[in-house]
Amino acid sequence: MATDDRNLSAATGWAEQDDVPEMPSELLEINMGPQHPATHGVLRLLIETDGEIVAKVTPHIGYLHRCAEKIAEGLNYKQWVVYTDRFDYLAPMCCNHAYVTAVERLLGVEMPDRVEYLRVIAAELSRIASHLIAIATFGLDMGAWTPLLYCFREREEILNLLERLSGGRMLYNYMIPGGVRFDVPEDGWCEDTRTFIDMLENKKIGDYNTLLSYNKIFIERTADIGVISREDAFAYGCTGPVLRGSGVQFDCRKDDPYSVYDQFEFEIPYGTGEQGTVGDCWDRYMVRVREVIQSCRIVRQALEKLPPGPIMSDQVKKVMRVGPGAAYTRVESAKGEMGHYLIADGGQKPFRNKVRSPSFCNLQILEKIGPGMMVSDLVATVGSLDIVLGEIDR
Amino acid sequence: MELFANLLGKIEALSSQNVLILSSLIMALIMALVMAACAIVFTWMERKVAAFLQSRYGPMRVGHWHGVAQPVADMLKILQKEDIIPAEADRTLFTLAPVVIFIGSLLAWAAIPFAPGFIASDLDLGLLYIFAVSSLAVIGILMAGWASNNKWSLYGAARGAAQMVSYEIPLALSTVPVVLYTASLNMNDIVIAQQGGVANWFLFRDPFLFVAFVVYFICSIAEVNRGPFDMPETESELVAGYHTEYTGMRWAFFFLSEYANLFLVSCIATAVFLGGWWAPIPGLPLAPALNFIVKSVLLVFLHMWVRWTLPRLRVDQLMYLCWKVMIPIALICVIGSGIWLMVSGQAS
Repeated sequence: MATDDRNLSAATGWAEQDDVPEMPSELLEINMGPQHPATHGVLRLLIETDGEIVAKVTPHIGYLHRCAEKIAEGLNYKQWVVYTDRFDYLAPMCCNHAYVTAVERLLGVEMPDRVEYLRVIAAELSRIASHLIAIATFGLDMGAWTPLLYCFREREEILNLLERLSGGRMLYNYMIPGGVRFDVPEDGWCEDTRTFIDMLENKKIGDYNTLLSYNKIFIERTADIGVISREDAFAYGCTGPVLRGSGVQFDCRKDDPYSVYDQFEFEIPYGTGEQGTVGDCWDRYMVRVREVIQSCRIVRQALEKLPPGPIMSDQVKKVMRVGPGAAYTRVESAKGEMGHYLIADGGQKPFRNKVRSPSFCNLQILEKIGPGMMVSDLVATVGSLDIVLGEIDR
Repeated sequence: MELFANLLGKIEALSSQNVLILSSLIMALIMALVMAACAIVFTWMERKVAAFLQSRYGPMRVGHWHGVAQPVADMLKILQKEDIIPAEADRTLFTLAPVVIFIGSLLAWAAIPFAPGFIASDLDLGLLYIFAVSSLAVIGILMAGWASNNKWSLYGAARGAAQMVSYEIPLALSTVPVVLYTASLNMNDIVIAQQGGVANWFLFRDPFLFVAFVVYFICSIAEVNRGPFDMPETESELVAGYHTEYTGMRWAFFFLSEYANLFLVSCIATAVFLGGWWAPIPGLPLAPALNFIVKSVLLVFLHMWVRWTLPRLRVDQLMYLCWKVMIPIALICVIGSGIWLMVSGQAS
């Protein structure tokens, strides 16, 4: 370092003055979080900065660790559903879905059609709610306050709908091994949902696009920032909108269909580098906006086709004894590929439940792409990864 | 009555210099009150404007009508807050910083002409004086950021200093075309030169002046550190920027001066570009001060509208905008306006 300085001063002619002191220079270590508005929860990023440039970023996690997987070993199969809600608390239905499919695969039972349709509707509504938060908070990270309120306004509608369906507003505990807890309420729930979906798809998404997505400042802030290449995305195990933002058209709902997703028509949006490079923050953001539209399509089709029938399978007994055996199921949650690996020993409780949470894998890539960007870009990148700490720490 | 006559007699008995001191004191008091009123009115207004833009209500409870007493309640709350100075902070600078910022914005009010004759100090170099003293705020921000001994505060202070020093240049440059027209830096002269309706406002005198006004407006947003140029604060990046460590009344001083500065830049724009106290249509029976204040408040509303609509720029983009866009445009305006003046034969 010192020799470099001397070379520099020789080149600029300062070397002739002997009394020029050497400028000491070192990296500034800053804790971004766990109490920081941009880390979306209790994430702690240890960053080393050189002025505005980030030299190194290390995510420290574990502030929200609740020993969830260990708790699973002490609860029976139905009780454990409540805890899966708490993983991705922004889209709990998807987490429920991942778990119950694992149990049902171990039991080897098929669900009645109505159950599967209700699960799809609930999971897609939950996905929309989660993506609305992702859009809103990403805008907030960019300093745009107003889209946050707009998105929360629409999210509120979804919460109302899900409350009428399941009784809960945030943590639903709606899907259980063997079915769903409640049928669709008789008070015009389907019509209200359809009205809301139409309103969201036809009007509100356009509002977000004019206000945020195609705003010049927003594009300047997000295009070409935090680029994740296709190879990196694969290497780090990224899934969900982060992987699709990098131009990979992969979605468990299409490529490894579970439930009744093979009966719906929908597309998989992916990043095309429309405003910059493939895999930049704008691509990841836009994938989510477009996925909301596709989820709307799925919900609409599911509501049309919703078959009559029971909401609980009669093959599943009240006291469940599962296994012995092991099963891994994955679903496309709002954040990416949510997997449950379940080992059953024939008893009433799981022997082991390992959860593969998408946010955990998506967050790792920050260490790779973080260095070299500005502090503001780091905030943008964390926002565009759309992590949920409840799911990372479990 | 006797008492009043007695008082009048006493005032007459004072020497002319004492009267000057007395009137200055009264004006200073009025300006301080204007500043306090700014904070009270504009905090309420900002909340209401933001709520309106975000399709919600904003404060509705305190004071019977639409939460009008909310700022009073806030101030009372802030007064009761514990005054915390971080253990590792530089105590002198830490306590001094809010005062410096406050004084910076208070001093500039001296040269704002609210109505004919209603000006605290009718300086010949009024415009220059305003820009000079309002740059004191930079020192305050740097002091606050440095003294807090908080790395985020330091970031905010460094960003804020860079931003405000840079944006003062196009801000001042954009008013130069007006000075070409008036051949005076006296704020009163500048307003008087715009007598007689909208067409005579400097905003519409020539196309370059219109562009200069746009430049002024954009730069004034940066000068008062509000979104989309709120680099010193950037709540989503730097927590709260340079005032992260401040609490209670010290924090309120920053808050107060932010809104006072907001009103100040709007007042300058009104006086320089929007005809000051003159009514939009000549002969309209409106009080001059009312004209002035309504125009300024409309500009403040514009500031709020922009803040609650647009995302924030990155710090390097902000600098790019200043040095490579705003300053060249402002320079072109100066040259263009000068040529326009010569060609149209208005040159004095």
